[in-house]
Amino acid sequence: MTKQFALGIFDDEDVLLHAVENVRAAGVKIYDVFSPYPVHGIDDALGIERSRLPIAAFFFGMTGLAFALWMQIYMLGFDWPMIIGGKPHIGLPAFVPVAFELTVFFTCHGMAITFFTITGLYPRFKTPVMDVRATDDKFVMAIELDETSSQFPRLTQLLRDNGASEVNQKEMTH
Amino acid sequence: MQHVSAIREPLVTGGKTLHDVTQDICYQVEAKPNLRWMAALSVALFFLGVFFYSVYRTVWYGIGEWGLNKTVNWAWDITNFVWWVGIGHAGTLISAVLLLFRQKWRSSINRAAEAMTIFAVICAAMFPVLHMGRPWLAFYVFPFQNTLGSLWANFNSPLLWDVFAISTYFTVSLVFWYIGLIPDFASIRDRAKGPIAKFSYSMLSFGWKGSAKAWSRYETVSLILAGVSTPLVLSVHTIVSMDFATSVVPGWHTTIFPPYFVAGAIFSGFAMVLTLMLITRVVFRLEDYITLEHIALMNKIMMVTGSIVGVAYITEFFIAWYSQVEFEQYAFINRATGPYWWSYAAMMTCNVITPQLVWFRRVRYSIGLTFILSIIVNIGMWFERFVIIVTSLHRDYLPSSWAMFSPSIIDIGLYVGTLGLFFTLFLLFAKFFPVINMAEVKTILKYTVDNGPTYNPEKAAHAHAHQPAIHGAPASAPVTYNQHD
Repeated sequence: MTKQFALGIFDDEDVLLHAVENVRAAGVKIYDVFSPYPVHGIDDALGIERSRLPIAAFFFGMTGLAFALWMQIYMLGFDWPMIIGGKPHIGLPAFVPVAFELTVFFTCHGMAITFFTITGLYPRFKTPVMDVRATDDKFVMAIELDETSSQFPRLTQLLRDNGASEVNQKEMTH
Repeated sequence: MQHVSAIREPLVTGGKTLHDVTQDICYQVEAKPNLRWMAALSVALFFLGVFFYSVYRTVWYGIGEWGLNKTVNWAWDITNFVWWVGIGHAGTLISAVLLLFRQKWRSSINRAAEAMTIFAVICAAMFPVLHMGRPWLAFYVFPFQNTLGSLWANFNSPLLWDVFAISTYFTVSLVFWYIGLIPDFASIRDRAKGPIAKFSYSMLSFGWKGSAKAWSRYETVSLILAGVSTPLVLSVHTIVSMDFATSVVPGWHTTIFPPYFVAGAIFSGFAMVLTLMLITRVVFRLEDYITLEHIALMNKIMMVTGSIVGVAYITEFFIAWYSQVEFEQYAFINRATGPYWWSYAAMMTCNVITPQLVWFRRVRYSIGLTFILSIIVNIGMWFERFVIIVTSLHRDYLPSSWAMFSPSIIDIGLYVGTLGLFFTLFLLFAKFFPVINMAEVKTILKYTVDNGPTYNPEKAAHAHAHQPAIHGAPASAPVTYNQHD
């Protein structure tokens, strides 16, 4: 399915931030903003909620810790107890390093997998983008148009008034 | 209203615009390989050949190919292992610790430093695996039930902790580095002309588009990865030091080892980062991104960690005397005055005296002197590990088994070979990957803050035509470029 988008191209992050605020205040729904680097403050301007990834990270870490402790206690304490230098089978201080490393291991990889999954990042043969300059030096504000694109002239004016250096129309396969 | 910081200098010089950054960094990836790069790669590939030959000899004929004997049964292999792992630590320090401390200057060097970490850990991992003698059974170090029954791994052993530490460190560094690379791969993809480049960078960039939500998550992930990498990097060298510290060998059985090893690791790592960066900035013409200021800052970190290492050497010696343990005392006297006195002297000179030269401003800002210094520190840190390992072992409790160690040609081949492996990987990285984190450098270009809806398109267009090419700064901004301190 293809969709029409109006693209406001901005040269500066501060101009973009004001434009985002003004465009939203004018009652226009912004589809997305594409930028070459993270623009601070855009989350609030766009109304993006704070990411809950840190909570996920905590649970991944706890999983790793629990797994590591279970693994070491089960293997050396119950499944095949070994006498090593006459020390207790379950010597918790000696289990700390592996427990710590696995906590980090699970946190990191769990986070990475979650991040890739929810953001939809995976290797692709082709990557169609709104504007190729969005990964170079331009900030692109995309606004979805209806089938007839009747709002385009009005949006062009609105974006230009808010400092867009150019406004384009683009058809994207969705 | 615009606020221009009067005291902070720009971290990137040359008045770069956002587009200039993309252009400068992508140029290397897009251009045909130049002659200097090809020449360097040929040398590295030659030494890689040496590495493969040495590996073949070690695996085919066994560990007897090395110079080890009954008394000195750990020598160059573990020295090289610890040396390489230590070098890796600077990369994580730059990418994680300096991120948490909001040291923005790290942006220009973190990509290459992290690459260095990954390649150094690969080189390091070669040694313990080859020392196993039967590397195809290397998976036995993981808690697999062995074929004869249900015997698991021994979790009380520091060598096993090392397995977990190094594998975690390697994979975490790799993931952290790759997530940082994704937006830059997207930049290259969107500029790519040829079908092969388009395809490969599209695959590598994972379909990154730079949408606001993705960036927000990206920053969260970076911060959390930095948060877990910071204790991780400290734990890795702590565990490496425990390979020695938990033993009962005089000279190894030392509680000071963990902090001392971590400081030494960062010290040698920064020396290697400096060596690599000084070459990279010249070969790839990145003088505006890796400025003299960066070199001076890295020199300062080298000096601090070098001084910690110096204090540790002296403390260790003092404690040996203070402990009143005869064997401990002998181990240290033997280090300094025994048959390996020269390695001890090399370690002391390179690691304790040379970093103190950095107190001089002229040394700190001199490219030539810094380069020489960084090489000396790397040599010194290699000797440190050699001193700890070989001099503690070669005279054990039984004088009749005292021995000396001399490396075989295969020992030397393996060490030089891993240098070849390291530089092959680094050169390939430098050619096909963006050596500087473009997205991050772009965030630090703008050192003005515009807060208030004062935008006037006509005025801005007019001002733009007459402005100097300093991004974001008004022509009248009080810019002070030349004051360093």
